Amino acid sequence: MFPYLPATPEDETKILEKLGLHSAEDVFEDIPPSIRLQKDPNLERPKSELEVERILKDLCSRNLDAERAVIFLGAGSYDHYIPSTVRYVTGRSEFSTSYTPYQPEVSQGTLQAIFEYQSMICAITGMDVSNASLYDGASAAAEAARMATNRTRRRQILVSETVHPETRKVLSTFLGCHGIACEVLPVKSGVTDMEMLEEKVSRETAGVILQNPNFFGFFEDIGSAEKIIHNKKGLLILSVDPISLGLFKTPGEWGADIAIGEGQSLGNPMSFGGPYLGFLACTKSLMRKMPGRIVGQTRDTEGKRGFVSTLQTREQHIRREKATSNICSNESLNALAASVYLATMGKEGLKEVARQCYDKAHYAASILTASGKYRLLYDHPFFMEFPVVGAPSDERIHEALLREGILGGYAFQKDYPQLGHGILYCVTEKRTKQEIHNLQRILEGME
Amino acid sequence: MKEYNKLILECSRPGRTAYRLPESDVPEFPLPDGLLREREPELPEVSEVDVIRHYTNLSRKNYAVDIGMYPLGSCTMKYNPRINEEAARMSGFSNIHPLQPAETVQGALELMAGTEKMLCELTGMSAFTLQPAAGAQGEITGLMMIRAYHRHRGDEKRRRIIIPDSAHGTNPASASMAGMEVVEVKSDEEGGMDLDALQEVLNDEVAGLMLTNPNTLGLFDKNIVKIADMVHKTGGLLYYDGANANAILGITRPGDMGFDIVHLNLHKTFSTPHGGGGPGSGAVVHNGKGYVLEENRPLSIGKVKSWYGNFGVVVRAYCYILSMGAEGLKAASRIAVLNANYMKEMLKDYYKLPYDRTCMHEFVLGGLKNNPYGITAKQIAKRLMDYGLHPPTTYFPLIVHEALMVEPTETESVESMEEYVQALIRIAQEAVADPDVVKTAPHTTVVKQLDEVQAARNPVVKW
Repeated sequence: MFPYLPATPEDETKILEKLGLHSAEDVFEDIPPSIRLQKDPNLERPKSELEVERILKDLCSRNLDAERAVIFLGAGSYDHYIPSTVRYVTGRSEFSTSYTPYQPEVSQGTLQAIFEYQSMICAITGMDVSNASLYDGASAAAEAARMATNRTRRRQILVSETVHPETRKVLSTFLGCHGIACEVLPVKSGVTDMEMLEEKVSRETAGVILQNPNFFGFFEDIGSAEKIIHNKKGLLILSVDPISLGLFKTPGEWGADIAIGEGQSLGNPMSFGGPYLGFLACTKSLMRKMPGRIVGQTRDTEGKRGFVSTLQTREQHIRREKATSNICSNESLNALAASVYLATMGKEGLKEVARQCYDKAHYAASILTASGKYRLLYDHPFFMEFPVVGAPSDERIHEALLREGILGGYAFQKDYPQLGHGILYCVTEKRTKQEIHNLQRILEGME
Repeated sequence: MKEYNKLILECSRPGRTAYRLPESDVPEFPLPDGLLREREPELPEVSEVDVIRHYTNLSRKNYAVDIGMYPLGSCTMKYNPRINEEAARMSGFSNIHPLQPAETVQGALELMAGTEKMLCELTGMSAFTLQPAAGAQGEITGLMMIRAYHRHRGDEKRRRIIIPDSAHGTNPASASMAGMEVVEVKSDEEGGMDLDALQEVLNDEVAGLMLTNPNTLGLFDKNIVKIADMVHKTGGLLYYDGANANAILGITRPGDMGFDIVHLNLHKTFSTPHGGGGPGSGAVVHNGKGYVLEENRPLSIGKVKSWYGNFGVVVRAYCYILSMGAEGLKAASRIAVLNANYMKEMLKDYYKLPYDRTCMHEFVLGGLKNNPYGITAKQIAKRLMDYGLHPPTTYFPLIVHEALMVEPTETESVESMEEYVQALIRIAQEAVADPDVVKTAPHTTVVKQLDEVQAARNPVVKW
């Protein structure tokens, strides 16, 4: 017997009798014998729970996790503090073992949680409308690009080279298959080349995707970019770090048309890259072009407040090939984590996390570069990441740090060969002064 | 018990807090001019007690697999084993960074390689990717691979994708997003693909055929080998939508049926929780004929998702396969199919059964048999809630009028299925004896029928 299969042999017999069959094999009569498996798939014998636990713990022990290492690695996935409330709520199986709220009367918990998620995403981004989540920050960029081409009926998207390399890769995969031209705006001294932006934005440009703070942690000149883009009636698609919005100007305040981003920082563990959530929020005028689920507030027959999936005529289950997107399952439980995170941290907490990241990163940057052995690659205002260059090779730095239990920053040469070697460090609110000094001591001691 | 009806923002009082961070141990640095947000975000100010009570109260307004049977057809709402959850939360999996050096994540990589190997074995395929985040993303990935396959052979004109009229909405949506033209083919009287209709649309502009088998009627297409042959002969490829793979693991394999590319929904077949709508995972496997989705391979279609996909979901699926083994997976398929047939047999005297044959893991009813007052599938669904049960999928597939699509899964006991059937039979009786009680349902839920028209006309989508 298997613990997840309640049917006893007697139950199976009872069912077969009801069906008037002799053997369970008979229910598979429609499957032609030529394609029936003659022997069982070659898998290991079934394991007990204790054995499974041992195997998984053994695999875990061969990973160096952020509880055992000090991590200065960011570049799109971040080691932020996750309040215990988040783990509790996402662990409640009324949330985790339900599905898409197709039946609103028995899904009010999920629906209201999504409504509150949408509200809080709008609150932090300063936008009018948010959907219920997308797969990740990269797919949010691809969906935003499609929205822009649908709205403007233009076929060109510009994306800055300072947008996360993973996002640009995913974007190019999808835009390529939609037949949308995707042009890259080159990086100049660590930020988007504004002259190139001015030169390339035209009446053919549906939208421009910028990231702020950008991949190197630097703040971009969004004010100038916004004027250039809107002057040509293109859309400004701004990818943002949600934690930074505790302090820094929002996409809404910059005049963005669509705000997107990776929501992992909001209460989701790094989890080797997923599951995360992509958020996407926009101005009211773009609402009906949005991909994915949206929850709206309404009343029941007795006038009581309730929540339903709304504007569903955009979606694949109604519109099929004419839908705004093919997305069905999204990242609902991760969006719930984001909501609980934002509810727990609140207005003050988000500001304080952003402030601590900012101060600690600037402290780290100042002491790492104090002796002159290392320097910042460029001098721009930055949030919590900064690129550092010096004589020792990236590999040697990484090895020296790892020997002392530190996961160093991201060597960006792989994605930006033109910039030469150098390391992007990330300092979140979780890092301590002591850890930062350790990092500095090891780097300083290298030949 | 007291009814709870508050938004978290409505619990807010200035000065309350639900968090505390260690005091910063570094000096403050000046903030840059002109870059700071001007308006404070409208986020709640609540205590930790408020957060926990709020979400615990919300959770009580949800139906879930852990509460009872959730036979949402096509969604495979099976039980989600607890050990899988514990494993995914282990720090060695949840606290690792996707850009860590390979030597520091050998356990994670071994787990992914192991999952790959087992999924290949179960599907009869040779290579795959764990990147896609959900079924629909798996679909578009597979379709892009099909396009790339033809394009690489210099066959630019193959842009058409054949999809049966019983398909999920994501199939045509994915095809059109992949830049392909959808050709819909009607189903035959037995619910399978109409071979003559297929032959008519097969030509040198067809890139491939997208099929769910068993299909969305819960029926296995007996002609699958022939269909595969017909498509391959005209140069097309076959895509297997794994939404219904829960009926066939260990019994037959998409690879043996003749499919070239397959996606599997790890959140359906491999027991990972549905999370109120995600995260899922739509692993794509293929038989080596198309393209490998891997970086730095010249023929790759490129990345479809950041990093490695929904790793946390893969951990759960890996645990599930280890726990079940071939024997368990085969038993799960057998019992899933027996259970569906059992319910179908008990219901067919009361509900229309448009395709009366042995079904696989699910079946589709077409409303009430005796229905003098015109009770709809929606009303039946709402009335089921009064019996404390989650309704089946309604109005899908589109080819069945008043469809109620029931998928019990293998994790339901005979007793829970009998209870569910009894409720449906009682509703069938009420539909004749007391139709109003059905038409005005639900009566016992936290909210009554909701005004969806108003919600769409004047959208209120945030506080």
